[in-house]
Amino acid sequence: MLHNFVSTISLVFKSLMNRRGTAALTVASIAVSAALLSVVDRVRTDAQTSFANTISGTDLIVGARSGDLNLLLYSVFRIGNPTNNFSWESYRLIKDLPMVDWMIPISLGDAHRGYRVLGTDLGYFQHYQYADNRSLSFSDGAAFASATDAVIGAEVADELAYTVGQQIVVSHGVTETSFLTHDENPFTVTGILARTGTPVDRTVHISLAGMDLIHSDGTETPGLDDEPGEITAGLIGLKSKTSIFPLQRNINEYEPEALSAVIPGVALQQLWGLISVAETALYGVSAMVVLAGVLGLLATLLVSLNERRREMSVLRSVGARPGHIFVMLVSEAAMLALSGALIGLFLVQLGILLIRQYALSEFGIQLSIGLRAFDLYVLAGILVITVFVSVVPAWRAYRNSLADGLTVRL
Amino acid sequence: MSADSSVMEAAIALSDLRFGYDAGDDVLAIDKLEIGVSEKVFLFGPSGCGKSTLLAMIGGVLVPREGSVSILGNVVSGMKGAARDRIRADHIGFIFQQFNLVPYLSVIDNVCLPCRYSRRRATRAEESDGSGQKAAVRLLSALGIDESLRARKTTDLSVGQQQRVAAARALIGRPELIIADEPTSSLDADRRREFIDLLLSECEKANSTVVFVSHDASLASHFDKAIDLQLTNGVASHSDAS
Repeated sequence: MLHNFVSTISLVFKSLMNRRGTAALTVASIAVSAALLSVVDRVRTDAQTSFANTISGTDLIVGARSGDLNLLLYSVFRIGNPTNNFSWESYRLIKDLPMVDWMIPISLGDAHRGYRVLGTDLGYFQHYQYADNRSLSFSDGAAFASATDAVIGAEVADELAYTVGQQIVVSHGVTETSFLTHDENPFTVTGILARTGTPVDRTVHISLAGMDLIHSDGTETPGLDDEPGEITAGLIGLKSKTSIFPLQRNINEYEPEALSAVIPGVALQQLWGLISVAETALYGVSAMVVLAGVLGLLATLLVSLNERRREMSVLRSVGARPGHIFVMLVSEAAMLALSGALIGLFLVQLGILLIRQYALSEFGIQLSIGLRAFDLYVLAGILVITVFVSVVPAWRAYRNSLADGLTVRL
Repeated sequence: MSADSSVMEAAIALSDLRFGYDAGDDVLAIDKLEIGVSEKVFLFGPSGCGKSTLLAMIGGVLVPREGSVSILGNVVSGMKGAARDRIRADHIGFIFQQFNLVPYLSVIDNVCLPCRYSRRRATRAEESDGSGQKAAVRLLSALGIDESLRARKTTDLSVGQQQRVAAARALIGRPELIIADEPTSSLDADRRREFIDLLLSECEKANSTVVFVSHDASLASHFDKAIDLQLTNGVASHSDAS
């Protein structure tokens, strides 16, 4: 049995090598379709993980009234722009509530060479958590000590080749080519944060006083503890999870100012819900591409049958039974599909190695290396579908070989 | 009197055979045809007289409407397809007019092909030569395909060389029956004679029965016995008159 199997496989392999041009194209189309499906799944799950890992330990996010998702996106992911700020008085009020353990102020709106500048206080470095409750740590230097100090994320440091002691200027607005540059107020980098794989890596942190300094006329340098007029958002950690919902309701119903409080996990769920339509569409399209690849393989096999009738009848004359011909065709299809899928999955790994740095810095998505269960499903799925459809050419070859007998009149 | 014993020993025995394609008229009607073991038979007749149909029936690819076909005592006409295929694989070596070889296999692999599909022939090749490969090399040398040609792609060989490779393949594992269907029609006269001599001497060594089919009656002198299919086939002789 094993001998027969090996013998059939080696025969099929030699036959394929004899038609290596078309075989290579077929393998390539299968490879592309397998790679696409694998990439779509990987990017989806890795993006979800990366997003979910960005914030951890924060129970509520407070901001001026806006959509939940919008608040989450600009305060944590630095995507989009805040619609409004809210007053420092409201911040103090919430922060001093008995159920609040800690609250981090966040002030946004400026940029340094394309990287967002975030005004905050020292509580940020103490309480902000990402992934599974991991706290921020410094790879070099320390937190800011004066209004003109800055702490930069790992990627800012890498990309701009900044080290501790570097003088930087901050421009108003968030685009890279802003006309309004606050030249007169240079900041000094005092600390560089260790890499987190989150938007923190792409952020320049300064004190709230520093934030005010950018927007004042520059005549006086405020102290680190000077209070700002307003901030963009606040991240809240509670002493007990049970007070999440009451506090959220209270903030949402807060009379003096229109505020919103969102639970990060809930807002993330909204985000998944929003993009799931697009995801489903992507999966659908990828599945169609796989199907197209398999149908291409089917077409190639069918076309090859006519020019191989002689070959088949020679095999029949030396003792091959029609069943052998059938098995040969199915093995041929399986071999093409298997090598195509394997090459596709390999290319995905190679591609991830090449672009993972870019994906991380540009989109904040940490792409993972290594095969996953889904890749094996792709492999198995392509193989099963191919074997299934290859029954068509195999059956035709079987019929041909019965009808042609030992001599083909062409 | 000796006819009775030859029935027992017949390599091929046809009786009351009738065959036609699909629903069409009979194209083959042979009341009795026997070819004894190790006989070298020349089967001739013009094209259209049913030669290829007869060979397909001996090969077990076609089954008669009526009558029986026996190969080495096995009544193949009553067997199922797989069993007929088994008889062909184990006991019959074929050589055709052209396109005998599988283009993507080497000369040696082509010769060894029957051993892939017949355990019996593989075993017999091992018994006589030690291995299928060695048997292939011996047969190729005997048929004048030297070492330099063996590694070549089959498509690089001349037609005459290809036919000799096909002959070596038919002979490997010493099948009892060699059927050659116009194997020399694409060869010139000298090559033709040389090929037939080589083939027959190898068949002699293997003690194989040979059925050599051709439309060229001038080749008959090489063989023990000549059969005019046009006379043997009742249908062909009748239709000839019309």
